[in-house]
Amino acid sequence: MEFDILIDGCLVVGILILACLCLATKNLFTAIVLFVSLGLLIAIAWVRLDAPDLAIAEAAIGAGLTGAFLLATWRQLRVAPANNDADTPNKSGGDNVQNP
Amino acid sequence: MFKTPEFKENNHANELPFATRILCATAIGALGLGLIFALILSENISSSLPALVQQNLTQSGVQNPVTAVLLNFRSYDTLLEIGVLLTVAIAMLPNSNFNSDINPHMPGGSRLVSVVNSAPVNPPLEALLRWLIPMIIVMAGYMLWTGAALPGGAFQSGALLAGAGVLAQLSGRLQFCFTSTTAKLLLTIGLITFVMVAVGVATTTGVILQYPLELAAPLILLIETAATLSIAAILLLSYNTLATQTFESSSEPSVFDKQPSALSETSAPNETLQSQTAEGPKP
Repeated sequence: MEFDILIDGCLVVGILILACLCLATKNLFTAIVLFVSLGLLIAIAWVRLDAPDLAIAEAAIGAGLTGAFLLATWRQLRVAPANNDADTPNKSGGDNVQNP
Repeated sequence: MFKTPEFKENNHANELPFATRILCATAIGALGLGLIFALILSENISSSLPALVQQNLTQSGVQNPVTAVLLNFRSYDTLLEIGVLLTVAIAMLPNSNFNSDINPHMPGGSRLVSVVNSAPVNPPLEALLRWLIPMIIVMAGYMLWTGAALPGGAFQSGALLAGAGVLAQLSGRLQFCFTSTTAKLLLTIGLITFVMVAVGVATTTGVILQYPLELAAPLILLIETAATLSIAAILLLSYNTLATQTFESSSEPSVFDKQPSALSETSAPNETLQSQTAEGPKP
């Protein structure tokens, strides 16, 4: 019983922390990785809530496929500005280029 | 023709002032806390629906109550959901990209899957995928079959299949063409089967989507199999659209000729930047 409460408490705290980090981070790639891990934790939470159907769907769609979609879009965002001004590829695009 | 949207990361110019952000955070936090307390304080609503489902489970043709609700008791909702997914697929189809330059021997548009011989070989990835993709396909089939009695079903199985497709496309060796006839058939087969079954059972039972008792199980399996194929195709089409689309306007003729070189040019500086930031803070 106490063990269950411990697991559930860790899940709730972890989900909240991951959600806050995911929204607060400036780096899009970090945000995507955090979102995927958030999806996995939510899938475990669905299992704890006795909803294995939702858990499978969340793990497959919420964490897996949405992560792939977001990463593909992130790649487009990195490439897109480079095509507009192809002369200066160094200044273009990447999310790691923080504005000084 | 159309104005190209410009997306940027780290849009610092549009940041809200500090006081507004604090206000927003307080308001959202208060709303969230209020909702949590409302959830805790409200008494447990005992609905009669789960008992009703359990009572009628023997008439549904399946043993899993979730599948029974989704595909028998409320199959109208699922039918509409598959229709919505097909609408998404139709909206995405014009943007789906098939680069026929990569593979001149295989004229684009004729086949769903074509092998790209010129792709760079990545032996570890290919060795992994050779084991992984058949396993995922078998797993998807199991998930579809077991949906009748245990958690699983068309959506989960379709998502697994789409994941296998995404992996195959990521390896660069396989290319999907969603304007081919096979792809169009796969995209629509779910809705077609569902509507045909819905109308077909109406001729015997008189009510649309009310299956005859003895035929319920095979009909549900038929619908789920077709829906799995459609869902997998639609999800893979969405990934295909996102993964290969370029944001240039269509007026530029040399988009596809430019893109690979532009990619390789820009990825190199970004990689060095990433390694720099990974090693430590820049001076």
